[in-house]
Amino acid sequence: MIPLSWYLIFAAGLFSLGLFGVLARRNAVAILLGVELMLNAVNINLAAFWRYGNVTDMTGQVFAIIVFAVAAAEVAVGLALVISVYRSRNTVVADEIDMLKW
Amino acid sequence: MSIDLILFLILAVVAVATALGMLLSKNAVYSALFLVLNFAAIAVFYLLLGAPFIAISQVTVYAGAIMVLFLFVIMLLGAETLAPSKVLRGQGWAAFGLAVVLVAETVYLLVSRHAAVGVIARPDAFLNTMDSLREIGKALFIQYLLPFEVTSILLLVAMVGAIVLTRREKGG
Repeated sequence: MIPLSWYLIFAAGLFSLGLFGVLARRNAVAILLGVELMLNAVNINLAAFWRYGNVTDMTGQVFAIIVFAVAAAEVAVGLALVISVYRSRNTVVADEIDMLKW
Repeated sequence: MSIDLILFLILAVVAVATALGMLLSKNAVYSALFLVLNFAAIAVFYLLLGAPFIAISQVTVYAGAIMVLFLFVIMLLGAETLAPSKVLRGQGWAAFGLAVVLVAETVYLLVSRHAAVGVIARPDAFLNTMDSLREIGKALFIQYLLPFEVTSILLLVAMVGAIVLTRREKGG
């Protein structure tokens, strides 16, 4: 069997890659893609801790399912915001969306 | 090397490579498609962990619904490629330095918590039966009924929010 720490290291790596995407990409849609990657890394952790803990207690998997639903809601609202901003400013570049700055 | 280990290593390489591809490709459509591959690899991870229900959810919800939404918006807005950004002076070196610090912290934590690193899961016959699926249903609808209902309200709010945000103003 694979040690638990391998899963955790792998998930931490994916989380860092997602974080890099969120911080470094300029396309607002690509930033949301990075957030998705981070949520997935967290889900791997939840599933791994469930598997390596008490298997008959389903809390870890239930938590992962709720994270799926929250991610779907987040994407729907996030992309709606991107479309809304694109309509008013004609751009999806995060640097140029500065209506709240003055 | 057991078959689990080989599978884990291949999947980890695929997942990290597709994540890097997502970050490095200039075209947002390629980024989204790389992320679909990444999600598929992670779905196999869930199968490896003995969680078939969230593996299937991963494929249908993430790789299916969410990524289709992403591709739809990317193509709708024509946001495939963007001009390169201007960077601050010394930003590259500062970012590199901070990344090295982050990696050093992570490695230090891993080494200092060495006792917990070697935890190994017990093989469990429970995982290979339909009981596991039944238990998820029970947990979801009995033990976690309130969070489940709150999640459904959250989805409703997100749906209403998405419709309101993308609605065109009258005459606008």
